[in-house]
Amino acid sequence: MASPSLIAEATATKPAPPRPARPVKRPGQRARERRRNLWIYAFLLPTFVLYGMYTLYPMVASYWYSLVEWNGFTADQTFVGLANYQAVLADPMFWSSVRITLLFLLIVAPLRVFGAFALAILLNSPRLPFTSFFRTAYFLPVVTTTAIVGVVMRFILDPASGPVAAVLQLFGAGPVDLLGSSSTALVTSGVIYVWKFFGITMIYWLAALQTIPRDLFEAARIDGAGAGKIFRHITLPMLIPFLLIISVLTIEDCFHAFDLMQSMTAGGPFFSTEIIEIYIYRFAFAATIPQLGFASAAAVLFGVLVLVVVAAQVWATVVSRRLRARA
Amino acid sequence: MSAVVAGDRRRTIRRRLPWWLLAVVLLALAFVWVFPFIWMLSASLKSSAEIFAGGLGLVPETLQWENYSRAWEDGNFRVYLLNTVIVTVATVVIVVVRCALAGYVLGRYKFPGSRLVIGILVATLFVPTGYTIIPIVKLSLELGLLDQLSGMILALAGGANVASILIYAGYFRGLPQELEEAAIVDGAGFLRTFSRIMLPLSMPVTATVGILTFLFTWNAFFLPLVFSFSNPALRTVSVGMQAFVGENSTDWPGMAAAGVISLLPIVLLFAFMQRYFVEGIAGAVKS
Repeated sequence: MASPSLIAEATATKPAPPRPARPVKRPGQRARERRRNLWIYAFLLPTFVLYGMYTLYPMVASYWYSLVEWNGFTADQTFVGLANYQAVLADPMFWSSVRITLLFLLIVAPLRVFGAFALAILLNSPRLPFTSFFRTAYFLPVVTTTAIVGVVMRFILDPASGPVAAVLQLFGAGPVDLLGSSSTALVTSGVIYVWKFFGITMIYWLAALQTIPRDLFEAARIDGAGAGKIFRHITLPMLIPFLLIISVLTIEDCFHAFDLMQSMTAGGPFFSTEIIEIYIYRFAFAATIPQLGFASAAAVLFGVLVLVVVAAQVWATVVSRRLRARA
Repeated sequence: MSAVVAGDRRRTIRRRLPWWLLAVVLLALAFVWVFPFIWMLSASLKSSAEIFAGGLGLVPETLQWENYSRAWEDGNFRVYLLNTVIVTVATVVIVVVRCALAGYVLGRYKFPGSRLVIGILVATLFVPTGYTIIPIVKLSLELGLLDQLSGMILALAGGANVASILIYAGYFRGLPQELEEAAIVDGAGFLRTFSRIMLPLSMPVTATVGILTFLFTWNAFFLPLVFSFSNPALRTVSVGMQAFVGENSTDWPGMAAAGVISLLPIVLLFAFMQRYFVEGIAGAVKS
């Protein structure tokens, strides 16, 4: 039972001693300040309630669930300590899903970060025609519903009558089942994921490019620097700080490919596209007897993995910056 | 004189030519980018036989409008679309209101506990959705909200939305102090100052937050999927699509029509509100 007290506990603010705004207080002022604070807490109330119920409490609860044996149907939750974690870590399928998740990341993230960078540089050039049309076209897949795109892709990649098969036939390739064979399914879904969210990374880079003051370019041009020189000495150094934030955002995104995978391959064929999110889903919702304790333990471990990868990225960036500063 | 101009023009052409070639390459790439949607639109107006014949023709022989009526009535997309509209609009309203209120007090006032509140919000900035779903389902079940659209709406609106709160806070912080002083002189209280002066001024932020929330909610899949497991009448379009294909695996044109019905609203919104989409997303990097 999620008692309201739990929520209150999670979101309660510690009453701090009121700080005097000015050294001398008139008697009416304190009352006014108290009334103002009441209004402030009233304004925060909706966020406290909703955020407490659906974000904070679930975070705490999922850690608790990972320590119990529980099938979700019955009320009895037996405390089993770290047994769920042992079971997850002993499951070869879990490690396989970790490997698949990281492989997916390695396929998707570089393509998105560097491909979008190249495109943003081109689209930012004042000499290129139709830039706003291109921006719209490349961004279009981003706004579409991933779970629906996943279904549509199943048909587009259909080996018998999909358009991709027809194109491959023109080039003399036989019928290829890109999503249906375990050797190609992961790479194919990676490419589709790149296509789907390429536009968002591109918009990030364009926003980064717009932070460079125009007169820098002007000054360099007056000094007689060529396009290559300008790119190397102005554009690149100015964009380096953004590389970290953009790759962290992109990596974070690659960990959450559930919608696409569930609707396109559901982890198959032969578990070849079973990323961790699908693995967790299988134990929590798709099994006849849900193992919620086991699934929660897997989810907590997944959260740790995401943190580790992002932290490693931040650390690597900081170290490389130090090295460059020393050089 | 004219010789000089002609030479100038030749030089301009020589300088512009690579850019035009590049534009042609990017144009071809852009076609590949939007092709799945074009294919879907064309498949939604073809007959099954025509699709299964394969080939790359994008123009249907005769327009099969009954695909749409099949998806709309038999495929239940009339219900799914209505659900999606209700859930999305309600979620957007709740999120905008609660983020504006919270952002206003966090951005403009110092009060006991304000630091702690911001700290907690920022700490949860990167919550993996995969594991909060189990407690959310359990909580909703106990509150009797699991088989209700209202439960789905609350769960969607109860997401962290930290970014939206921070965008509002930053915007309100930047408004001049004189506004409040003028309001107090006019005798306006806390609530009236906010609703009459601050809120109308924050329209650009409201547009951005509203649109991003709309996008996120309209495209949501995981939560609606879990909430409609035991009650198909609650399905949104993204969940309905999976069900439709599961039940009519050979009805490609119907599937394509359902896809067009589901994607059209969000694509149209994007077409008309492009600036806010791009600004909202770009804001994530700049901040």
